[in-house]
Amino acid sequence: MDKTQLLIALALALFSLGLLGVIVRRNLLVMLMCMELMLNGVNLSLVTFAQQAGAAAGAVLVFLIFVVATAEIAIAIPIVLLLVRRRHTLDADAYADLKG
Amino acid sequence: MIDSLLAGLDGLLMVVFGAGALIGAALMIVLRQPMRVATALISTMVFLGGIYGLLGVHFIAAFQVLIYVGAVMVFMVYVIMLLDTRDPAQTRRFSSLVVPGAIGAALLLGALVYGIVTDLPAAAEGSRPDGAYGVTEFAIAFLNEYWLHFELTSVLLLAAVVAAVAVIKASRSDHG
Repeated sequence: MDKTQLLIALALALFSLGLLGVIVRRNLLVMLMCMELMLNGVNLSLVTFAQQAGAAAGAVLVFLIFVVATAEIAIAIPIVLLLVRRRHTLDADAYADLKG
Repeated sequence: MIDSLLAGLDGLLMVVFGAGALIGAALMIVLRQPMRVATALISTMVFLGGIYGLLGVHFIAAFQVLIYVGAVMVFMVYVIMLLDTRDPAQTRRFSSLVVPGAIGAALLLGALVYGIVTDLPAAAEGSRPDGAYGVTEFAIAFLNEYWLHFELTSVLLLAAVVAAVAVIKASRSDHG
């Protein structure tokens, strides 16, 4: 494996671990952090491909992902705080009635 | 001689940083306390910043540390400190989906890695050396070609701020 393949494999591993965390963990905040890990994996793959192709568009996209991740956290944290105020727990199973 | 040594050091550092990022990500799944998970995520992000630096995109490395570690994760750590640590969700780690989730993630990762090993061209001949573009090329592309996206992100941020205020108002009206 050369450098590009290694970095893309690392990006995929980070994305898969993040997805696994979102599925298996029960703490809402830990699930949010695992989503951040998934975004980081995507960023790594974008930077690697942009570097290989010598295109600045990948870097621009990484910047836009930074902004989107920041906005996502700025919304998600107040929502988590609102949920915790209602049920007094961070356990995702406590909100199972949301599935209708 | 020193040049070849430095090139070898580059590769070695990249492997070390990659292994560190992977270990941090694995610890995030295993660790129990949210604060430790946040610390593992911060270390993963810092290692990724090191990888970006080694790849020659120093401005992305700087923003990775500034925005992700400096803003997002500090916000997250504050929220973890605000919340009650005696919550049972803090001590029970896994939901009931742990076995199918693990199997599915392992299958996904195996399929993806198999795909890149077999299909991704190994360092195409036309690929440019490291540092093919610097902050100048990035800035020109950013503000010449992608100015509309840049402006749209400001709308997104405004919407995020308004939504955060709305959520806080909703929680206030709930509790009188």
